[in-house]
Amino acid sequence: MTAAVNRLPAGELRLASHPLGDGRFRTDLSLPGMHCGGCVARVEKALSALDGVESARANLSSRRVAVTWQSPEPPPLGPALDALGFEAHLPSGDAQGGNAEHTRLVRALAVAGFAAMNVMALSVAVWSGAASETRDLFHWISAAIALPALAYSGRVFFASAWQALRHGRTNMDVPISIGVVLAFAMSLYDTIEGQPHAYFDASISLLFFLLIGRTLDHMMRERARAGVTGLRRLVAYGATVVGADGSRDHIPVEEIVPGMRILVAAGERIPVDAVVLEGRSDIDTALATGESTPLAAAPGAELRAGTLNLTGPLTIRATAAARDSFLAEMVRLMETVESARSGYRRIADRASRLYAPVVHAAAFLAFLGWLWATGDWHRALGVAVAVLIITCPCALGLAVPMVQVVAARRLFERGIMVKDGSALERLAEADTVLFDKTGTLTLGRARLINRTAIGEEALIAAASIAGYSRHPHSLALAGTVAGNRTFDAVAERPGLGVEARCGAEVWRLGRAEWALAEASGQSGTVLSRDGAWVASFVFEDQPRPGTAAACAELAQLGMAIEIVSGDRSAPVAALAREAGIASVQSAMLPGDKVAHIAALEADGARVLMVGDGLNDAPALAAAHVSMAPANAADIGRQSADLVFLHPGLDAVPFAVGIARRAARLVRQNFALAVAYNAVALPLAAAGLLTPLIAALAMSASSLLVVANALRLSAHAPSRALQRAEPRRRRELVPA
Amino acid sequence: MSMLAYLIPISLGLGLLGLATFLWALRSGQYEDLDGAAERILYDEDHPK
Repeated sequence: MTAAVNRLPAGELRLASHPLGDGRFRTDLSLPGMHCGGCVARVEKALSALDGVESARANLSSRRVAVTWQSPEPPPLGPALDALGFEAHLPSGDAQGGNAEHTRLVRALAVAGFAAMNVMALSVAVWSGAASETRDLFHWISAAIALPALAYSGRVFFASAWQALRHGRTNMDVPISIGVVLAFAMSLYDTIEGQPHAYFDASISLLFFLLIGRTLDHMMRERARAGVTGLRRLVAYGATVVGADGSRDHIPVEEIVPGMRILVAAGERIPVDAVVLEGRSDIDTALATGESTPLAAAPGAELRAGTLNLTGPLTIRATAAARDSFLAEMVRLMETVESARSGYRRIADRASRLYAPVVHAAAFLAFLGWLWATGDWHRALGVAVAVLIITCPCALGLAVPMVQVVAARRLFERGIMVKDGSALERLAEADTVLFDKTGTLTLGRARLINRTAIGEEALIAAASIAGYSRHPHSLALAGTVAGNRTFDAVAERPGLGVEARCGAEVWRLGRAEWALAEASGQSGTVLSRDGAWVASFVFEDQPRPGTAAACAELAQLGMAIEIVSGDRSAPVAALAREAGIASVQSAMLPGDKVAHIAALEADGARVLMVGDGLNDAPALAAAHVSMAPANAADIGRQSADLVFLHPGLDAVPFAVGIARRAARLVRQNFALAVAYNAVALPLAAAGLLTPLIAALAMSASSLLVVANALRLSAHAPSRALQRAEPRRRRELVPA
Repeated sequence: MSMLAYLIPISLGLGLLGLATFLWALRSGQYEDLDGAAERILYDEDHPK
């Protein structure tokens, strides 16, 4: 875990904090591991005990903790949390904007709910036969309740409908707004005239139902957003710059200019494109280019922004400002790609484009028909409004969000986050899957594959030496064998390997050219004693669990599968054989991936891109729909529509399966809504619709649609339940 | 009929009270952390004075 807070320099923490004035700061940290009340209590207690911390408040729902502190240097929050066993991350993006929208929707919903209940209670009295004066009184009270509620809660729809109309478009909110406003205006007129029927209940409960759909939709997106931004960020906020006089400053990345000397400690990200001045190290470029083997960095080597410095401290000279670095280049490429999804219209919008003109035409025809038949303006207008109310897309408004919320919930249980409903619709259409290799089909973690060829003694010696290094190959070696061998002194030689002394013997574990005394033409990682060969180690990127099974399942779903990788062709081909994927493209640059997707889409394919790296980000943005694992680069995760948290690749076929079932249910819901309209519209046009029938019909159709949506969660396959993350039992004794 | 004159205001008043209470609870952040609130009660230290 690379950008965990405990490894960040203090200055970085300061840059990530919000100043509150008079020297106080607030730091938000994301703690994905916090999952019970006991954790909350331990975290708050430990953080509050630190010097300078004024308060610490943990939020279990969003897995975050807000710390207020006042001291010249940020308190050691990371180490304190590390001691408790929690890994803290700096959340990227701020949570405030989404929250305001959420609060607005919940308030509107509460007001509409209150008004709907009270108006409905009064309406029941009217339906049961309240006589003339009482009825008029009840109508007046209903109007008094409905008017402010409509004005307050209806703004959500009115504003969006007005926006659409002003730009010459129409969306679902246009018929909703027209129906609600006309129903209210007509009822108000009838109330003034002392007429027997008023539709205040219909107009306000319509608003209430639709707001439920709208709020659910919003909550689904919020939840995914909070989850995604809560993951670790890979781009440094700042960097330690060495001045001409040797002074050291931690400055924000944006202020770095070419020529500055920057210190990068082991475990930190390279902030901007740069060349190495001093030091040796190994650089993990997996996220940037897709290459799985770390590269050695020595003075003069060129480094790309976003790559990870693994083993030794480096002094580097910036060759580009942050805005001209590799990362920014990827962002620009992403902005310029012709994204298929920008042209995508959500199914609800497409439906409303057909639906609104039909409904409005029907209402207008009913009006003309009655005017021609009876010559009674008021009667004709009343029927037209009744048509608008009854066809107001109440069920349609719930049809899509309800299904998508249930689907998102199912996916969330399996650790898959969906950005929004349109992602689910697009995923259901996908027919081709493109996988990146490093970090997507593989975990980006090395695995020793020639273990059987190595003697037990040599392996124990190698594992013991490897325990002193953070190089990916060392991490893989250290875990392979029990048993330990002690050495007198061990030192890491960054960029070369690890050297251990035992008496007069010198053991070396690392690059063959360095470890072996005479050039033997060997390459790769070897173990040597006094310059003599002892053992060679062959590593391979570890495939994600369930890769072959997931690919088979995707093929069964009728999807074409392909690998597009930036890595060399040999490792890609080996993995493709293991996963059973026939179609392989290797050594692709970010632009090549985008071009490949564009070519496929031009042939009529709908591409699902699954990738994790910086180099995949433009492809993720270009594809019809995209998925990224949780350990993907920030920018990749943000351009992906779905993010999966568990290591298994089975998330991909599972998500596709759920999305397709959701699409089927949405179509069923539309069919139900249309069938309901087919029955109700003639009734309304014939002038037979009373407010009682309108209320019953609307509620019944909404309930039907909601019940149909819930079928998605009802027959959950048992497999999904078993794989759901087990919830830890609550401990009743405070730790 | 005269009882309507006070029954309806009472019913509306109670409804408004409920709405106001909900909005107050929302504003004071009581819905920010639903999972945490359920668990906290098991751990909060008492300070009997």
